[in-house]
Amino acid sequence: MIVQAFAFYLFAGILLTSALMVITARNPVHSVLFLILAFFNAAGLFVLLGAEFIAMILVIVYVGAVAVLFLFVVMMLDIDFANLRKGGMQYVPLGIIIGSILLFELVAIYSYWAFAPDVSQNLDMPLSSFGDLQNAEALGMVLYTDYIFAFQMSGLILFVAMVGSIVLTLRKRPNIRKQIVSSQHARKASDVLEVKKVTSGTGG
Amino acid sequence: MDDLNLMPILPELFLIAIGMAFLMIGVFKGNSSTNTLCWASCIGFVIAAVLLMKSDWSVTYILSDMLVIDSFAGIMKLLILLGLTVSLALSVQYLHQERIARFEYPVLVIFAGVGMMFMVSSNNMLSLYMALELQSLSLYVLAAFHRNSLRSGEAAAKYFILGALSSGMLLFGISLIYGFVGSVDFNTIRETLSSLDSIPPGFTVGMVFVLAALAFKISAVPFHMWTPDVYQGAPTCVTAFFAIVPKVAALGLLMRLLFVPFEAATDQWMQILYFISIGSLVIGAFAAISQDNIKRIFAYSSIGNIGYALIGIVAGTAAGVGSVIVFLLIYIAMTAGAFVIILSMRRNGLAVENVTDLAGFSKNNPVMAYAMAAILFSLSGIPPLAGFFGKLFIFEAAIESELYLLATLGILASVVSAYYYLRIIKIMFFDEAVDAFDNDIALAKRAVLLIVTLFLVVFIFVPNFLLDSAMLAATSLF
Repeated sequence: MIVQAFAFYLFAGILLTSALMVITARNPVHSVLFLILAFFNAAGLFVLLGAEFIAMILVIVYVGAVAVLFLFVVMMLDIDFANLRKGGMQYVPLGIIIGSILLFELVAIYSYWAFAPDVSQNLDMPLSSFGDLQNAEALGMVLYTDYIFAFQMSGLILFVAMVGSIVLTLRKRPNIRKQIVSSQHARKASDVLEVKKVTSGTGG
Repeated sequence: MDDLNLMPILPELFLIAIGMAFLMIGVFKGNSSTNTLCWASCIGFVIAAVLLMKSDWSVTYILSDMLVIDSFAGIMKLLILLGLTVSLALSVQYLHQERIARFEYPVLVIFAGVGMMFMVSSNNMLSLYMALELQSLSLYVLAAFHRNSLRSGEAAAKYFILGALSSGMLLFGISLIYGFVGSVDFNTIRETLSSLDSIPPGFTVGMVFVLAALAFKISAVPFHMWTPDVYQGAPTCVTAFFAIVPKVAALGLLMRLLFVPFEAATDQWMQILYFISIGSLVIGAFAAISQDNIKRIFAYSSIGNIGYALIGIVAGTAAGVGSVIVFLLIYIAMTAGAFVIILSMRRNGLAVENVTDLAGFSKNNPVMAYAMAAILFSLSGIPPLAGFFGKLFIFEAAIESELYLLATLGILASVVSAYYYLRIIKIMFFDEAVDAFDNDIALAKRAVLLIVTLFLVVFIFVPNFLLDSAMLAATSLF
């Protein structure tokens, strides 16, 4: 237990600190790196909860894809972050007021939090019903059976997202010169090269 | 997983299949196939409606209780399919006129339609969210469909950012509800709540978040700010689509949510909807008065109409829900008819959007002007047109539930909003004539206008048939 509590406070502490650093760091690259640190620690918290699959997904998806994409954007695009931040300070008092109201409300809800009396019977898929199975195996048991609808719908959503991004960005430019690989390969030396015999001394 | 019964969702599966097939055809044939694909999609919607009518509407839960099929879902899906067919038929000519006729348009409309149909038959917070996102994502793309127009891009960006915010609120609300109940299944939530003496605050907060997100989707006050901008900026055919169909789906979803899982929390949600309804009525009536852009006027008009629909929901009875269904049918008809005129407002090949451009419309095109006048009279609720009955049934249901204040406010808002509807009529008939509009109005638009006008006029002779079937559908929720 002590080890677990220690691990929890370690992960949670680093998570909060790095989250704070994400929004306070001056250098945007540092912000993204702190974001990655935050993701790793959040993954650690999930492992402590026994949700190792979500932990791994968090690392793969958020660190592997999202954060790297952020890094690309930050480093490749020439965005003047100092300029973007200019004037941001004037919103700080309002932000603090609204944030603290929200915080107060959330604390109020959670301090009065009560579960429904038979909440444990309501659970759709408690992990205990899967015996000794690991997270990933248990998910595999239900994802394509009980949750097939949600799974297929997410497929459709991704499909629409793909169609949408093509609709909004693909532009046909007819006048552009494109490389046509097949016609390049089809060229033969005999079609385009002509070997001429030049007699020496005639200049032709 | 007991057995895989897919027959009840055959219409949706059919639409998904033709959506993908049409995309493939479009990819190979290019944008010249847009016309064919649009009309084929319209026929597809009709076929889906026929499949829907043929299927069994008794209460069935399928796909591990993710979806429910009942007569309420059935009739809402029919309304959605009707709206999809009409709005796509209206779009075809406009797409060509604005040179944005790309084959993805009908495909996106089909997938938005699939999302909407799943929305009204979802029986689980998870399926609700997935269906809502499928719908919203298609709508965001459609709003930006006019890529070269700055306004279209602005509208889409606003819609997307605020829509993402509302999705966040929806998920947060669902997580609070799940935290309390331990399940996202509608029936489990309903049973758990009805076994309690009082509704705990944590659940109420979750419900408020969910309602706020849905109020955004139906553009009810105070979550209506995006509506005028998006309606104005989006291509007009997309505006027509936005005004006609997604509202129906989101209201259907809202009704199922309020009367099935949140049934035991009726006292809580009633207060919220009461004020949302009053707010929508007031803003819908007063904010449109100072507008000159006809698309903005109809944005506010749709906000006001949502206010009326919410009165019927607040009534909290089967009669209220039934009156909302009839109101929605009449609303679809009136909005479609009005947008026929707005889509035809073109001069020298360019779209004009100002109300004053309608000046002298009665001299230049008397038939359409009289049809528009009938639609506007109906929108302002003047008997004997259908719009009057739509409101009448809702006020009746409200009076039966002793919501006298709400009914009175509804009537007052209807009087105020009559001002801007009548103002359009005044401009059309009495103002000095300006140049006529281009006269190449597609057959589909004329046909829609004719059908709508006939429907609005003859509704007085057959109100009971529609009302009875709506009531029958409404009772399946209770």
